[in-house]
Amino acid sequence: MGMNMKTKLRNYHAVCWDEPIIYELDRNGERAILVPEVDKKITESVGDGISSIPKSMRRKNVPQLPALSQPQVLRHFLHLSQENLGVDLNIDIGQGTCTMKYSPKINEQFANSEKITEMHPYQDESTSQGLLEIMYKTEQLFKEISGLDRFSLHPGGGAHGIYTISSIIQAYHKSCGEEGKRNEIITTIFSHPADAAAPRVKGYKTIIIYPDENGCPDIEAFKKVVSEHTAALLITNPEDTGIYNSKIAEFTKIVHNFGGLCGYDQANANGLLGITRAKEANFDLSFFNLHKTFSSPHGCGGPGSGIVGVTNKLAKFLPVPVVDYDKKNNKYFLDYDRPDSIGKVKDFYGVIPVILRAYAWIMSLGTEGLREVSNVAILNNNYTMKKILELRGVSMAFPEHKHRIEQVRYSWEKLSKETGITTEDIQRRIFDFGTHYWTSHEPWLIPEPFTIEPSESYSKDDIDEFIAILGQIVKEAYEDPKKLKNAPYKSSVHHIDHEVFDDPSKWAITWRAYKKKYNGYFQPK
Amino acid sequence: MNSKKIVYPYIPNSEPQVQNEMLQEIGANSINELFSDIPEKLLLHKKMNLPKPFLSEYELKRHIESILSKNSTCKENISFLGAGCWQHYVPAVVDEVIHRSEFLTAYAGEPYEDHGRFQAGFEYASMMGDMLEMDVVSIPTYDWSQAASTSLRMSCRITGRNEVIVSKTINPNRLLVIKNYCNPNVNVVMLDFDSKTGLVDINDLEKKISNKTAGVYVENPSYLGSIESNGAKLSEIIHKAGALFLVGVDPSSLGVLTPPINYGADIVCGDLQPLGIHMNYGGGVAGFIATRDEKEFVSEYPSRLFGIAPTENSEWGFGDVMWERTSFANRESSKEFVGTAAALWGIAAGVYLAVMGPEGMQELGKGIIQRSLYAQKEIRKIKGVKLPLFQSANYSEFVVDFNNSGKAIKEINKALLKKGIFGGKDLSKDFPQFGQSALYCVTEIHTKEDIDKLVFALKEVF
Amino acid sequence: MYKIGLIVNPIAGMGGRVGLKGTDGREILQKAKSLGAISLSPKRTSVALRPLSVIQDNLKLITCPGDMGENETISCGFVSDIINGIKSKETTFADTQKAARIIRDRGVDLLLFAGGDGTARDIYIAIGTTLPVIGIPTGVKIHSAVFASSPSKAGELSLLYLQKKIHKLREVEVMDIDEQAFRNGIVKARLFGYLKIPYERRCIQGGKLGSSPSEEIIQKAIADDIIESMNNDFLYIIGPGTTTRAIMQRLGLSCTLLGVDAVYRKELKGLDLGESELLKLINKEKAKLIITPIGGQGYIFGRGNQQLSPQVIRKVKKENIIIIATCNKIVSLKGFPLLVDTGDLSLDRELNGYVQIVTNYHERAVYRVKF
Repeated sequence: MGMNMKTKLRNYHAVCWDEPIIYELDRNGERAILVPEVDKKITESVGDGISSIPKSMRRKNVPQLPALSQPQVLRHFLHLSQENLGVDLNIDIGQGTCTMKYSPKINEQFANSEKITEMHPYQDESTSQGLLEIMYKTEQLFKEISGLDRFSLHPGGGAHGIYTISSIIQAYHKSCGEEGKRNEIITTIFSHPADAAAPRVKGYKTIIIYPDENGCPDIEAFKKVVSEHTAALLITNPEDTGIYNSKIAEFTKIVHNFGGLCGYDQANANGLLGITRAKEANFDLSFFNLHKTFSSPHGCGGPGSGIVGVTNKLAKFLPVPVVDYDKKNNKYFLDYDRPDSIGKVKDFYGVIPVILRAYAWIMSLGTEGLREVSNVAILNNNYTMKKILELRGVSMAFPEHKHRIEQVRYSWEKLSKETGITTEDIQRRIFDFGTHYWTSHEPWLIPEPFTIEPSESYSKDDIDEFIAILGQIVKEAYEDPKKLKNAPYKSSVHHIDHEVFDDPSKWAITWRAYKKKYNGYFQPK
Repeated sequence: MNSKKIVYPYIPNSEPQVQNEMLQEIGANSINELFSDIPEKLLLHKKMNLPKPFLSEYELKRHIESILSKNSTCKENISFLGAGCWQHYVPAVVDEVIHRSEFLTAYAGEPYEDHGRFQAGFEYASMMGDMLEMDVVSIPTYDWSQAASTSLRMSCRITGRNEVIVSKTINPNRLLVIKNYCNPNVNVVMLDFDSKTGLVDINDLEKKISNKTAGVYVENPSYLGSIESNGAKLSEIIHKAGALFLVGVDPSSLGVLTPPINYGADIVCGDLQPLGIHMNYGGGVAGFIATRDEKEFVSEYPSRLFGIAPTENSEWGFGDVMWERTSFANRESSKEFVGTAAALWGIAAGVYLAVMGPEGMQELGKGIIQRSLYAQKEIRKIKGVKLPLFQSANYSEFVVDFNNSGKAIKEINKALLKKGIFGGKDLSKDFPQFGQSALYCVTEIHTKEDIDKLVFALKEVF
Repeated sequence: MYKIGLIVNPIAGMGGRVGLKGTDGREILQKAKSLGAISLSPKRTSVALRPLSVIQDNLKLITCPGDMGENETISCGFVSDIINGIKSKETTFADTQKAARIIRDRGVDLLLFAGGDGTARDIYIAIGTTLPVIGIPTGVKIHSAVFASSPSKAGELSLLYLQKKIHKLREVEVMDIDEQAFRNGIVKARLFGYLKIPYERRCIQGGKLGSSPSEEIIQKAIADDIIESMNNDFLYIIGPGTTTRAIMQRLGLSCTLLGVDAVYRKELKGLDLGESELLKLINKEKAKLIITPIGGQGYIFGRGNQQLSPQVIRKVKKENIIIIATCNKIVSLKGFPLLVDTGDLSLDRELNGYVQIVTNYHERAVYRVKF
């Protein structure tokens, strides 16, 4: 009986360099780069420069940076890079809601081209027509993808997009003379915590709707709280459970009846491209994460981009500048002449390299390709769902609701009751197989959760391999739970002691702070 | 019969046979069945009208490159632009590290399987801590303006007050971001500057500061290039009123300029872009916030803070320092928000500082000042030009007053452009009191020849 | 060297198997024994101790003589230190309380105890929240949240806590059930006190957002929201619970954790008020009532705040009732609604419907209340 090579579990071990902190590699006096010397004639002309600085402002102490040679710096950081599980390396379907997908390397070539890296935002517009064209055309693409009328490319991420949307909502109601009255934003418990937090920066009170038995936001509860105080509804659809709220049009209608606006958090857009849009559900505002559905790599947590789209009546509030096209002169330009704008939310015009990658990605796929992305994301997810639900001890959140779009939140509740193993135990054990998964945002409405999002980048074999890994871990949970309790075994580091993190006398956020508090290896001073 | 279905390189399961296999296993006839939850009237019943795609990588490359070729870069010209985005040399090792797939495509794993990015983040914060001589540095936020805005809100939370004072010598675009972020709960009062020195007007500060002031925000060097010399005096006035002293800095200057903590700053913020990140048309920005290691401050960061911890096997482990949001008492209370921001740029800054080392950062700052002084000295010699505008020292940027030349900056810059030079930023709209003036920036990437070319070109324009 | 305390209630759990609910009181105990009941505590305690065997060489159990802990310690092969002053058999609740105090004063990291709600109440009376505890469930009536979901889970949690793999603590309710009523099939529960237990989430950190704030911080935030909106024309009646206590703490006022207090214009108006005192106060001023769900089932009226009688509630009026609770509390309801049992069915019906719960500063959750 041969081993199924496609689901044979790898004998994986994470890279483990036991790498010192760079300061421990300090070799006083070594150099990793030499800085261009100042021309002798300049020194002759103006002196050493330092004496021009007021005495009180001159740096007295040499910065305590480590000194290494170039190969040593590179080696150190390459060691660290090897101790990461990037998307490129693993079947990254476990990071639910993050939409981990393949970031095409050709797009990296574009983003690293000097034609973008060596561009200054204040250059004369005649010299930056290429980038302005990309920005303008990107907006046109997203207008079609969402059905909305104007976009701002400024926000630097999803949470920033929500903040921008909240600012626009506030400006709109102010322009209607209703600023004071409209002080509530409605959102749901499954939404990203930023959907509740960002509006509060703008002074809004947030009202949170919990799900009904089908896993959709409880519409009866919702109806009870919409009022003339409602500034907006901010909602994700489908939510992190993967459930599409089929009553969404009713929700937006009710809010509009009360004069509020509807904002669409489209962090979960990967299963909807070409299938349904913000426009059809009557949203007034929306944002997209270009580092999720639109393929820009996540970069360990940024840079990302959270472009915001609005309907025509809200376009005047967008941050300045927007990119426009002067047909007559065939020129792209930055339009600052927007007196009703909320001002700015970001320096300059947006995270250009991320925008460029998204543009290239969309242009490599087109209408049919984008539709195929979502089709396969849904197919992959439903296939994965069927296989995961065949495992022992697993259930799906809201199991009576049969359908899911592009991700699913599952629960190990049954397995946990039967074996005492928790989702966090499984999470630590899965590191030993060269992959990982994510549980859920707080609070954990679903007990012992894990959220799987198999985007279109993964093959059937990939999914089968991941399922085989889960299967092995489930087996261990029932037969040898102790093994999971002490996992991981093959990770880059062993179990981390978290106690230091919430004690001000023990925490150290920089090496200098560490040296002030400890001798040697965590010996308190 | 339809033409053959396209199998996409980025979509393994776009291959029809495997799709059928999977559908069979699911027990569905078509993918459409799988999203039957979406009501009929919400479905898009037409095809999206997107441009024809470039299916082959070669064609895509030609398309993108043909558009990008319309750009004329700072490499192909000589640029003297600064104003919040600076041209510095990016060491090859920095790009090498942040182009590594593992860093580029990692995201939100735990400190076990993503150990490397936690350590890299901790080291970035540590090296910034050394430049700033401060013990707590945040994981990067979107940009300097966000860092400044958050710093202001932090000062409100820490002091329990909700009015802030902001210097007029900051980047006007920064002010727009701050105003938006402070609206509606935090009152922003503007602080004048001395028109002779370009420095913060101390008398105006004394007039405007009160027991309602949470924080006073100043940039050093200022947007207009002046090095603030009254740090100690400002600190005294601010602290006497019970407020916090917030300073925004260009970190590349910290090799030669003293860290603001030494003249009493409580919160320091700035942009990481000068530290090994390409300009990216303004898309390479990343903000940092730093404070002392005191619970009252650490509690108020909305961003992530990486701490170091022991492990079972005596390795270096990392994780998030748990902060407690202590004060919600006043209206300025929200803990703001956190999300994907600019982590990779933080790693870049860390590699940059490691590459430059202590001597490199000192030499960098010194060389910039020398080149800038040289440029100022030579430009001053041109008839019709007034320089310096302010009686103060400069780092890399300075204002050139062209009012006596009879030409508008717009004109001058257009003329310079024809000669392959990007002239300084036009200040006439944002600072009308200076008339036709421009903000010039000189860094270590400018050779003597580059500066001489500029001077020669300016002479020709008049 | 790890040190944990161990107290075993040898008679807890004997009633259940023979159909009796609990063994409080000598008579019931005699009845149980005569029906052939054997104590489950020893076996369950052994199961609980098993996970700790991995640190056996480094662990000392501070425990009571005989069947209150020594026996199990020996049979499981642990090193122990037997405290003085406790009998070795036929012990009573007084011994439990005495032992808890002695053990706490010996400086243990944690107290493990085997028993039921009654044992939990004794532990509370003795040491309150001065020491973290974990309950090994052996009794019949387990209404208190201090007990782990199983004996082996209790042992696992103890191990994780000692190894500092979990280190956060939280306060959980100790309930008191009216025994007589319970035996007659009626559940009449009263909030008795609070104990501190280790919070079992191992808090793996990271993810996109880093860590999240603790329960106490959110309670403070809720308190700030309430205080900010306090109206000078109203009397504020503050119900029992740790979430409501945060309001009093924020105002710098003393309060009763288990009782009902009153505040007017941010000053203390009354402590631990009974129904009649409350009615007197409400007659003078308009009042708002701030309550939080008590007990695991989410009762906002009827399980620990009976002073808030139907008369009091009616006088306050439905629109002046403010419910506060942290997100975690709501999530622990597992989708089930909040419940009311005021004793007046028509009032219960009136309270039926959707309410907005204060869950954070400037944050509300919409939730169902059912009777």
